[in-house]
Amino acid sequence: MTGQNTPRRGIPHTLALGAVLTVVAIGGTFLLDPYRNFQLATIAAYFCATAGLTILIGRSGQLSLGHAALMAAGGYGYALTANAMTDAGATGIPRFVVSLLAAMTVAGVLGWLLGLTAARLRGPYLAGVTLALVIAVPAVAAVFSGVLRGDQGVQIAYDGVPPLLERLIAVEQWQAWVAILVAGVVVTGLAVFARGRTGLRVRAVRDDETAARLNGVRPGRVKVGAFTVSSVAAGAGGAVLCFATQSISPGAYTLAFSLLLVVAVVLGGLGSIGGAAIGSALIVLLPWVLGVAADALPLPAEVEQRLSGNLAILVFGLLLIVVTLVRPGGLASLGRQLRPRPRGAGARHPESSPEPRPEPARELETAPPTPHRKR
Amino acid sequence: MDRLLFLFATGLARGAIFALFALSLVLIWRAARIVNFAQGAMALVAAYVAFAVAGFTGSYWAGLAAGILAGAAIGFGVERGLMRFAPHSSPLAGVIVAIGLVMMLQSLLGILFGAQYRPMRAPFDDSPIMVGGVPLLSPYDVFVLVVALTVMAGLGVLFTRTSLGLQLRASAFAPEVSRVLGVRVSRMVTIGWMLSAAVAALAAVLLVPTELGLNPHATDMLFVYAFAVAVVGGLDSPVGALLGGLVVGVAMTLVTGYLGATVAPIGVLVLLVAVLLLRPGGLFSLREARSA
Amino acid sequence: MTAPAPTRTRGGALEIQGLTVGYGGAPVLHGVGFALAPGEIVALLGANGAGKTTLLRTLAGLVAAASGTIALDGRDLTALRPEDRARRGLALVPDGQSVVAELTVDENLRLGALWRHRGAARERAITGVYEMFESLARRRTSVGHQLSGGERQMLALGRALVADPVLLALDEPSLGLAPLVVAQLMSTLRVAAADRGLTVLLAEQNVTSALSIADRGVVLDLGHVVADAPAAALAADETLRHAYLGF
Repeated sequence: MTGQNTPRRGIPHTLALGAVLTVVAIGGTFLLDPYRNFQLATIAAYFCATAGLTILIGRSGQLSLGHAALMAAGGYGYALTANAMTDAGATGIPRFVVSLLAAMTVAGVLGWLLGLTAARLRGPYLAGVTLALVIAVPAVAAVFSGVLRGDQGVQIAYDGVPPLLERLIAVEQWQAWVAILVAGVVVTGLAVFARGRTGLRVRAVRDDETAARLNGVRPGRVKVGAFTVSSVAAGAGGAVLCFATQSISPGAYTLAFSLLLVVAVVLGGLGSIGGAAIGSALIVLLPWVLGVAADALPLPAEVEQRLSGNLAILVFGLLLIVVTLVRPGGLASLGRQLRPRPRGAGARHPESSPEPRPEPARELETAPPTPHRKR
Repeated sequence: MDRLLFLFATGLARGAIFALFALSLVLIWRAARIVNFAQGAMALVAAYVAFAVAGFTGSYWAGLAAGILAGAAIGFGVERGLMRFAPHSSPLAGVIVAIGLVMMLQSLLGILFGAQYRPMRAPFDDSPIMVGGVPLLSPYDVFVLVVALTVMAGLGVLFTRTSLGLQLRASAFAPEVSRVLGVRVSRMVTIGWMLSAAVAALAAVLLVPTELGLNPHATDMLFVYAFAVAVVGGLDSPVGALLGGLVVGVAMTLVTGYLGATVAPIGVLVLLVAVLLLRPGGLFSLREARSA
Repeated sequence: MTAPAPTRTRGGALEIQGLTVGYGGAPVLHGVGFALAPGEIVALLGANGAGKTTLLRTLAGLVAAASGTIALDGRDLTALRPEDRARRGLALVPDGQSVVAELTVDENLRLGALWRHRGAARERAITGVYEMFESLARRRTSVGHQLSGGERQMLALGRALVADPVLLALDEPSLGLAPLVVAQLMSTLRVAAADRGLTVLLAEQNVTSALSIADRGVVLDLGHVVADAPAAALAADETLRHAYLGF
């Protein structure tokens, strides 16, 4: 927990960083073709969820296997609100913003309830409950099919490029802009949360609940808070996905997808937001690359059919195991090794400790050194 | 009322399978102090082996035996080849590795066998027998109940009356002390995994004929049910697994019988949340092993 | 009170040389060395944190030494795992509650005897221990956590003895026990050791009790051996006692 002696000073820095990265990403959309921009929008949406998930797992030690369900909650919240607003005559930005906020609220409430159930539980039990949750998504859609339309899902009105920019950019680029903007705001908010005093409490609880309790931190509350915050972020991601695809259905939020979110977070490095960004890109781009490669090979149609989807999952499963056993810090820990000195010149006092780096490796490393010889 | 009886009886048979699978989770928990999230996928691979052997030899029994042996082999392989390298101090790492294993196994099965449902024929008739004009259990259900109860009894005897069982229990309760007393603890852990996987494989093979067919996701719900059983019964209690299994089996069969099959996942979720909120220790467990 | 007459070719001679043990960088034992002759009872003394428990755990193989050797009857133990060291005749009675609380008294004893004896021999060994500890015999079907502190230590000792070890190492067996019980335990220990020709390494903070049955004493201070002398000499050496043993 060193380096937290000046938590407040980190926050303007984080905000600035978030703003800069958002602008850079938006600029980047000009360099990409429409399909790439769509992929970028997807990555940005996933990033909302994975950033929250990496904080949840890496810093509060709670493993959620069901974050896809929270994204779905956000997506449905967005879709239903958008449709209601369309019926009431609203369009464009107001409709988007209100629906987005609704999505985040719905997901947040669901996350809060889950957090309450889970706060008292040890890891595997929470994981099991979230697993049951995501498996229940199609069932919920079917049972409440009056509103949620079952397997078909809900469609929303098309949100085209606003008149001002119509001549400048294509719709995919516009969608990417929206996605990036939302991700920028949400993730920066998460980063501020993680860096600030609340974030400190979260880490304290993960590391040693008893000690935290003795220091006046209420572990239950902190864990619930972390769960809620990450759910809000996931809800935003689901809303963005719905916005980009103009629809939402249970088929998009399966157990497999939920596990992919975990893959993204572990590969990127638990607790590292930068890692979550890389992980999000990985889970979108690698399957696409594998698909292209498989297409290029002269394989019989049935084999190709069996490979599609499965090959990516096979690779991700293997990566998950390898990373967890060999390099628990994920890609983020590689980055830290390459970086020669702590970032942050300028406003920072040269003697202040470096930015508190997340310690994802600690989550998976052995506990305080014990003398046992492993045999 | 007839319907209630029928559902109740069928629920018992279903529950016996859940109990078996939950028992395998209890075995792993006791042997290695982890919830093996890959249990379903491992059992599924064994079920595919059973299916292949049954198809090849034309004998269900050969398939069943092959499935159980395959289960033991998979348990051995996973423990020796993978799980022993997972850091024990962090339970999350073990879960994540198990998730990776699930992804690999399910995708491999999908690549090798495709996603289609492969129906598996039951060795006994699965239409219900009439008792006093009321349809109750089918011969297959009775078979399942008999097998499940026999296996559980057998395991009970193994653990409480044999030297091997004593060593297995001691290795689980107090590994360090056991080593100092000359017990080969790591061998016991491996045997625990093999037993557990074999039992899970048996449960999966018993289950498949009652479902639409074998497919790469056939054991997803089974794992969730078994997990719910373990929660209800307590992860460290074999008796809890049995009673919990019957409770969950009956409850779920009643729910799906009256409200339809689609509701099932919601039913389990509600059950899980209810038990965890109201009786976090499980209804039958020995210890409060749950709270962080 | 009879015990099987020891028919062994191994003697229980222990030789420790240059043992250095550390946890993640901070050494706890620094080049510790001493020897036990077969049949000796040696008290391992020292204040809390001196390294007694670490030494015993390293002896048993639960902790890896950074350097140094441990030899039992001339055969090096360093490469062996704990269960294999037990099978060479080294029995450790660990500190704290080492009785397996979930198992019965009988099961605890049986556990200790499993690798060593089969069938009738096993029953004889177990019966032998019941004869030594009558209170245990009365509680054979009680589960571990139902026993009192003294009974647990008796059980832990009996469990170590049932496998017919050559070297018995005990880590603070008197901890938390009433003085009367401690005296009983020590006298039982002395008799058992004599009957079976055991070599005993007894780590204790209760210096008086330990020295009362020991032939020799080795004193540890912050991981170093600061004294290695006959028990009587140690008991009489006031300077030493003040400096390292707190009285």
